[in-house]
Amino acid sequence: MYNTNVEMRVALVSEIEKIMEKDERIVFVDADLGKAGGTLKLREKFPERALDVGVAEQNMASVAAGLSSYGFIPFISSFTSFATRRIADQIAISISYAGSNVKIIGLDPGISAELNGGTHMSFEDVGIIRNIPGTVIFEPVDVIQLVKALPQIVDYKGMIYIRLFRKTTPQVFNDNYKFNLFKADVLKEGNDVSIFATGITVSESIKAVEILNKRGIDTELINVHTIKPIDKETIVSSIKKTKAVVTCENHSIIGGLRSAVAEVMTEEYLCAPFKYIGVHDCFGEVGKFDYLLKKYRLSADDIVEKTLEAISAK
Amino acid sequence: MLEQKRVKELNMKCKMIRYLTIDAIGHLGVGHIGGCLSIVEVLVVLYYNHMNIDVNNPKMEGRDRFILSKGHAGPTMYSILADKGYFDKKLLYTLNKPNTNFPSHCDMKRTPGIDMTTGSLGQGFSCAVGVAIGSKIKKDNATIYTLIGDGESQEGQIWEAAMYAAHKKLDNLIGFTDYNKMQIDGTTDEINSLEPIVDKWKAFGWNVMNVEDGHNVQEIDNAILSAKKCKGCPTMIILNTIKGKGAYFAEQAGAGNHNMQIRPEQIQKALKELK
Ligand SMILES: Cc1ncc(C[n+]2csc(CCOP(=O)(O)OP(=O)(O)O)c2C)c(N)n1
Ligand SMILES: [Mg+2]
Repeated sequence: MYNTNVEMRVALVSEIEKIMEKDERIVFVDADLGKAGGTLKLREKFPERALDVGVAEQNMASVAAGLSSYGFIPFISSFTSFATRRIADQIAISISYAGSNVKIIGLDPGISAELNGGTHMSFEDVGIIRNIPGTVIFEPVDVIQLVKALPQIVDYKGMIYIRLFRKTTPQVFNDNYKFNLFKADVLKEGNDVSIFATGITVSESIKAVEILNKRGIDTELINVHTIKPIDKETIVSSIKKTKAVVTCENHSIIGGLRSAVAEVMTEEYLCAPFKYIGVHDCFGEVGKFDYLLKKYRLSADDIVEKTLEAISAK
Repeated sequence: MLEQKRVKELNMKCKMIRYLTIDAIGHLGVGHIGGCLSIVEVLVVLYYNHMNIDVNNPKMEGRDRFILSKGHAGPTMYSILADKGYFDKKLLYTLNKPNTNFPSHCDMKRTPGIDMTTGSLGQGFSCAVGVAIGSKIKKDNATIYTLIGDGESQEGQIWEAAMYAAHKKLDNLIGFTDYNKMQIDGTTDEINSLEPIVDKWKAFGWNVMNVEDGHNVQEIDNAILSAKKCKGCPTMIILNTIKGKGAYFAEQAGAGNHNMQIRPEQIQKALKELK
């Protein structure tokens, strides 16, 4: 049994530690946020392979690319804002264009930046990375999913962006869960409407589904843990069945999950009422999690409202 | 040299600014206490002894400007600006509260008296170079001050800006490095050393001064006066400071004081010592 009561960062570090013990190719490169990410402790055990370049994210990204060209598999880490928009060109050129095998961890996605406020709150990171060729974007919803994903992430040859909520999350999966990096999770089957959710909006959606269920609405809920490449098959078959769509993301409605699902629908000539939960083209601000969840209308109640709208437009 | 009386007054101000800052962060229970307390003296000397600014006209043309490139020390700025009269001191308690105009990181669109939005390290320093160039073009004789962190100095952008400021001979630009020798993950010497810091800035074409005690208002004042006289290049004043200075609990925490949770009794004790 995996202890599911730990913070995501604690689970991350204990798994990375195990992987680093077995696999000498793994290196971890921080940029002065090892304390925030919990990875500081790796340095005691692996003084050579756990590095910290200091507050220098661009350097971190390209140093990692150099290590990759030497046969290593580097993980790099910073807050989502600095792990993506700050180093977009280094990710594009040193990492993706050069075919480097670098795994990027972005801490505190979207509103989970909380009191760090607007400068640290990224609502555009998925959009930025999605536009860079050859990238994979993965956001785990709980520690089980994260822990099951890590070996597949290491085995995959190429850049993967891991959008990581650092603290404890509500448990969604149990030990028997079978994970496939490129396959979305159908959390609940239903016939009336498809909710595609990702990251922290998944547990909000689970609450929403319960509320909707009481109102006699049969919702299908799908966790799109990997936004790129998106699991077209699961999305298409769900929409064909339910004929109504809601997307939920802790991200801008431009460039993230909503855009990705809409792209799938246009490609497949799928036409259906489409509502979305996400941040409407604005910057973040300081606030505690629950305040921001309400402010940006990402909560279960908001999801219920949008879902009802989607259904009534059928 | 400052008169003894003036030194005393400035030191009293420092106490008061520390008090307000610890109180505001303490009220919230968490914050960047270390980096806020290491810059109190330099901000006090600047805002009470040097800067040409007008509280009644925060956007006055040709005013001196200060850009806090290590934007996470916003709370110290807010204490100073409140004391100067830019807004009511009571508002300091809204730090990081819903809809606040006082976020942890400086935001020029929200807070009167803040000259640049910062928080993504490295950028404010380049912004200061741009402001200094603008002032040169307008020939308004403003002095542009900016302060960077030592951890922040690991950002490449700092050195891009440093090179260009010297190239443009920006003698209206006075920078400070808050050399508290700590960042988040440890000491700067452990993580990515800046030494020899004085030689680095010299090699980049800057006039450099090393203030042995970055909490000594007299030494800081001397350095600023001398920087103002320097012609043909920008000045970098290295302030040897203590992260968390003036709050025992923070000083004790070492690098752990970067963004720390603070208990009410720690605050009470720290405030009492400042009374
Ligand atoms: C570009 C960027 N990367 C990372 C951070 C997160 N961060 C905030 S403060 C800090 C450490 C800064 O150290 P230093 O400049 O020495 O600040 P001080 O000791 O004065 O608080 C880091 C890494 C950030 N704000 N911006
Ligand atoms: Mg420092």
